[in-house]
Amino acid sequence: MNIDKRLVSKDSLEKLFDILKQNSKTIYAPATKNGKVSFSEADSFSGIATDYIQTTQSSKDVDFPRTEKILDYTRNENGMSVKGIDLNDIPEIVLWGVRPCDAMGIGELSAIFNWDYKDEIYNNRLSRVTVFGFSCSKSDEYCFCTSVGGNPGNTTGSDILFTQLGEDGDYLAEVLTDKGSAVVSLASGLFEAATDIEKGKYLADVPVRFNREEISKKLEKSFESGLWIDQSLRCLGCGACAYVCPTCACFDIQDEAHGKSGSRVRCWDSCGFSLFTLHTSGHNPREVQSQRWRQRIMHKFSYMPDRLSVYGCTGCGRCSRACPADMNILEHLISIQEAVV
Amino acid sequence: MMDNLYMPYLMKIEKVTFEAPGVKTYMLKFINEEDQNRFTFKAGQFGEYSVYGVGESTFCIASSPTRKGYIECTFRQTGKVTNALSGCEEGSIIGFRGPYGNTFPIEEWKGKNLLFIAGGIALPPMRCVIWNALDLRENFKDVTIIYGARSVKDLVYKHELEDWKRRKDVKLITTVDPGGESPDWKGEIGFVPTIVEKIAPSSKDTIAIVCGPPVMIKYTFPVLDSLGFQDENIYTTLENRMKCGFGKCGRCNVGKVYVCKDGPVFTLAQLKELPDEY
Repeated sequence: MNIDKRLVSKDSLEKLFDILKQNSKTIYAPATKNGKVSFSEADSFSGIATDYIQTTQSSKDVDFPRTEKILDYTRNENGMSVKGIDLNDIPEIVLWGVRPCDAMGIGELSAIFNWDYKDEIYNNRLSRVTVFGFSCSKSDEYCFCTSVGGNPGNTTGSDILFTQLGEDGDYLAEVLTDKGSAVVSLASGLFEAATDIEKGKYLADVPVRFNREEISKKLEKSFESGLWIDQSLRCLGCGACAYVCPTCACFDIQDEAHGKSGSRVRCWDSCGFSLFTLHTSGHNPREVQSQRWRQRIMHKFSYMPDRLSVYGCTGCGRCSRACPADMNILEHLISIQEAVV
Repeated sequence: MMDNLYMPYLMKIEKVTFEAPGVKTYMLKFINEEDQNRFTFKAGQFGEYSVYGVGESTFCIASSPTRKGYIECTFRQTGKVTNALSGCEEGSIIGFRGPYGNTFPIEEWKGKNLLFIAGGIALPPMRCVIWNALDLRENFKDVTIIYGARSVKDLVYKHELEDWKRRKDVKLITTVDPGGESPDWKGEIGFVPTIVEKIAPSSKDTIAIVCGPPVMIKYTFPVLDSLGFQDENIYTTLENRMKCGFGKCGRCNVGKVYVCKDGPVFTLAQLKELPDEY
């Protein structure tokens, strides 16, 4: 299929923002706060950060919130009334400024939430999100999207992918989905036809560092390998890697009671935590950190490809940037590829 | 209901039975008749039971699918949720989501002998299958139940043990750990694997279903092996910590196998393919 390519002038981007606002769209975009760039609701175009390689947190919070209400309950004279989250209350959101690695992560999260049982809470949120991807013109030493099936100008997961044509340049807009087309139709004057623009030379150069299929194959035979101990010696089990990851979907379910009423919430969790798999009896199938680190890598590079036909890593590099003990997933993956098993 | 996988059915505790110290059985009825009419399950499946304001806890359905109109669960008061659950009374309302997981292939066992081996609080997951089989008794040949607990008072379903003892079509052997016997104890004394070895049930045309604490299971499998049981004919049900029950929350997997989706029922042959992560 030919991708609908358009040109959006630099100045038109702000007009697009305003038109979306006039159409009552909620816009989430990167903003700089305390030196960190994170997604938050954007009130003005000028508040949107542009000079960032990667946001500190991924954008997954929008379709899979960190803490999300599942139901409310109230005890009353007749017993109990319980009301589930009203899916119609989920807002329409434009997610602006998503890096291609985060956009790709949406497909991986969707695979988890839709194999077998379909998670309609997740699906409803996602169906109301329009993703504005922004290609990467810069990368850093933590980036490795090209090793896991992505690239700095990858269109997967975006509804429209914007690529800035040089510093201070205009934008190539690749309109990829019906949701993307719907945006174009709201502001068609801003999207000029531009079929002959090639974005390649404007993209960051991210070298390929490993072969994920080869790693997956290695992992099939590596469950008992000593490399898990070597790699995880530094791991504090803090879970930071999972909280910044665009594809980590593990969650907990907890109740929050306030007197006679309360709610049940689903909240992010991490396989790195020692309590994650602890049985009430005291038995823990993943007793030590090396087993938990193994689970993290195995899940992303062996179990997910095997069961869901997707990998659980988009090469965003956030886990390495966030790790307080300076564990670098790229180094670890390369060492798995090089390991003799 | 379908839109929100996490919405439990509202259940009323119809009857409370004290089974053993800290162990109770709740008979649960659906508050909403439509839920009741729509609900079906098979032996071996589990659910998430919740006390609103405290949380959810995972146990199997302990009653047989042949008994309609209610479900039962048996649990030991151990953690936060089971403590709160234990504080509930007849008439209290709790939540239940399920059924989840795979099932014991009872249909495939037609014409076979059934050998049930259980230890302690692991009789409840098996009770579902036992009653399921006994309610369809003509489908099976000999039914043998070997059940052990730490002490006489720890044996659960004491009334049902009496029933099974009286039945001519069931061979029941109960045992308690050495030192756990009472002065009037008439059953066996010894650990479950030892008693299985002593009884030496025939493996011919026999399906063995084994549930118990890990240490009991560990020592029972070799005994069954020496009695000639094939790994394909030995079934057990695994437990791992769960939150969702349907393959999303990410914690019950053993290697690439999800206990909540691919299990909880496994044959010994399947278990031997799994890494040591349960």
